[in-house]
Amino acid sequence: MRGVTKRFGPVAALSGVDLDVRRGEVHALLGENGAGKSTLMKVLSGAHAPDEGTVEFEGRSFAPSGPSEALRLGVAMIYQELNLAPELTVEQNVMLGNERQRFGVALRGEMRPVVERALAELGADDIKPTMRVAELGPGQRQRVEIARALSSRARVVILDEPTSSLSRRETEQLFEVVRRLRAGGTSVVYISHFLEELQELCDRYTVLRDGKTVDSGEVAGTGVDHLIEQMAGRSLDEYFPRVPHERGDVLLELEGLTGERLPRGASFELHRGEILGLFGLVGAGRTELLRALFALDPVRSGTVRLAGVEAPASGPRERLAQGVGLCSEDRKEEGLALDLSIADNATLSRLDPFVRGGWLARGQQQRACERWIERLGMRCRDARQPVGELSGGNQQKVALARLLHHDVDALLLDEPTRGIDVSAKVEIYRLMGELAAAGKALLVSSSYLPELLGVCDRIAVLHRGKLGPAHPRTECTEQSLLEEALRGAE
Amino acid sequence: MPAPIEARTTTMRTLLQSLGPFLGLAAVVVLFACIAPSGFFSIYNFKTVATQTVIVGLGAIGMTFIIVSGGIDLSVGSVIALASVVTALALRAGADSGVAVLAGVAAGGLSGAFNGLLITRLRVVPFIVTLGTLGIARGAAKYLADEQKVDAPSGALAGWMTKSPDPEWLFLAPGVWLLFVLGLLASFVLRRTVFGAWTSAIGSNEATARLCGVPVARTKVWIYVTGGLFAGLAGVLQFGRLTVGDPTTATGIELDVIAAVVIGGASLSGGTGSILGSLVGAFLMSTLANGCNLCGVPNFVQETLIGAIIIAAVALDAARHREA
Repeated sequence: MRGVTKRFGPVAALSGVDLDVRRGEVHALLGENGAGKSTLMKVLSGAHAPDEGTVEFEGRSFAPSGPSEALRLGVAMIYQELNLAPELTVEQNVMLGNERQRFGVALRGEMRPVVERALAELGADDIKPTMRVAELGPGQRQRVEIARALSSRARVVILDEPTSSLSRRETEQLFEVVRRLRAGGTSVVYISHFLEELQELCDRYTVLRDGKTVDSGEVAGTGVDHLIEQMAGRSLDEYFPRVPHERGDVLLELEGLTGERLPRGASFELHRGEILGLFGLVGAGRTELLRALFALDPVRSGTVRLAGVEAPASGPRERLAQGVGLCSEDRKEEGLALDLSIADNATLSRLDPFVRGGWLARGQQQRACERWIERLGMRCRDARQPVGELSGGNQQKVALARLLHHDVDALLLDEPTRGIDVSAKVEIYRLMGELAAAGKALLVSSSYLPELLGVCDRIAVLHRGKLGPAHPRTECTEQSLLEEALRGAE
Repeated sequence: MPAPIEARTTTMRTLLQSLGPFLGLAAVVVLFACIAPSGFFSIYNFKTVATQTVIVGLGAIGMTFIIVSGGIDLSVGSVIALASVVTALALRAGADSGVAVLAGVAAGGLSGAFNGLLITRLRVVPFIVTLGTLGIARGAAKYLADEQKVDAPSGALAGWMTKSPDPEWLFLAPGVWLLFVLGLLASFVLRRTVFGAWTSAIGSNEATARLCGVPVARTKVWIYVTGGLFAGLAGVLQFGRLTVGDPTTATGIELDVIAAVVIGGASLSGGTGSILGSLVGAFLMSTLANGCNLCGVPNFVQETLIGAIIIAAVALDAARHREA
């Protein structure tokens, strides 16, 4: 791919990307959220046509009209959310859209060997063509998708965050599958933000930042810090500005907190002036832990103490009154009401300071909000602008402004930097430090290890709903935390 | 990632959005002023149209709260009938007309509370619950009325819906003034109270409202009570207009009410809508019906026109949203 550019309206999602993938190699594609990885892969897999630049595949110009033609030409994309029909069998899924038929009748006899060969190539002897996909685990489903790619003779397979919801064993099986693909001459483009994992598996890498290729090379001999700095476009010290803060008294104490399903008996202490990180793979129960703690989801057992006093709560309303606030991981679905204004969103949890004789004083509400707009450096027209019109980073600042307006003591932040650009991330990291310096207690959940290692004082790891002990940051490495997330605490 | 839209286009868009229903109403008035007989553009006819709008208009005020909260109420027509029967029965039993009005409005409020409690306690979607109460309220009205019209001394209530009010300086029927005053008040409640802010928040994103500690279930019950109270009041005035309590009246009127709210710019997915827009929507529909009648346009053409306007209003709104 040479000089690929893709614009959406006035915004250039890609502006001159170069990417070389060699036959039979595993190529790591790296970049922060919004760097253009997904757009680039959509161009490669035919979902988007590039505005400028050329794509060549096996020496010929490659311009598929859509994903199905790209697949026919030999490029297959395996998305993070798997695209399988759960009620159909493995065989039906593998051959979907590619059925052998005569007079409209499916020729099972001809299809069966194709499916069996593809599954055998992956070493997937635990999957039978007649099984229903709904019976399979996430790792098996992923292999069914890869089998689908192979059955249509794909020579390039794109894997987007393939391990984010797999167990350790499934991850190892996937690595084995990827190595088999490589040995068979298939090229793999591998997108992941687990950098250590990339070092184990990949041959070469390309880093994207702001829609441009900024770095590429051999994986062997390249350090993780170098990759992070390339992705962020700044040194690690600039990326994670440290605001000195001092640990105070214990504010929040959990003992054996158990939800409906997850978490299973989580205990920790969170001090004032402390940032505690929460790591875990997808499905380990990070969000569930925060939601149970915030009384948004039912709690089966366990106690929560605030400043030493037992503090049960029947719902978020009570938790907020106790000075505990949650910032949701999902801004669109839960965190924000996108039709409503910045002022409404930022003050919704605490409108009573603006009530005068039963009426809401909109002017005061807006002035209060304008202070937060200034304090957090939000880029917007005014406090009345609908939140849906803002960029991801500014939306996240609105969500955080709500906790500041409510003046909570303990902030539960679920993936606070998901889907926002690097400069907004840096501002939010600094804000977190400043809040800790002001004596607030912060619990930060994230799936991005460099960020937890960059901003937290202590880090605890969730493994299948079980929370391990909190380690001081100086005792953690990306390797040790990932290991604990995959295996559980010793 | 959506880029921030330029300030000017957004202002234009919100302006257009709030003016849309007015422009539609103006277009209908101008159209009939040109083609209808001279009777259309007269003070007398204006009074007629205004009086004909009262019932749907009151229903639309309550429905705006419900639709802005992301809900729907299909039981409005039945509740109007129930309230008219309750009012008539109270009067027949010798109650003072003030007491009878309260009884009718309270019947509406109770129906709304019933809707709200079923929706929040049983966690059944509003469409289904109110489809059920559409039948239940109608049945209750017929049971109370013994399946026939309830004659009652209409007394002061008949004066509420007359085109020649007493005293004459009122100019419009007292019911019309009531509609305007309550419309203004409700508009302030929706825009300028905590209850209104919570209503919009629930409709825009219920999960966010819950996250912010808004008592979602309790607020919803009050929203449906508000809708019921307005339907109850519409029923009382319906009694005033008919001077009997009729358990079969206002059948299907809920669709006119919903149409008025939607034409007025509210989104059925919740979060947006204005009382003023809904009232304009109600006026637009009654003006259209009135103009068609004066022109001798047959009923089936009217119904087709109203249907087309509803679709056009929503399609225009959707197109505007896509541009954004």
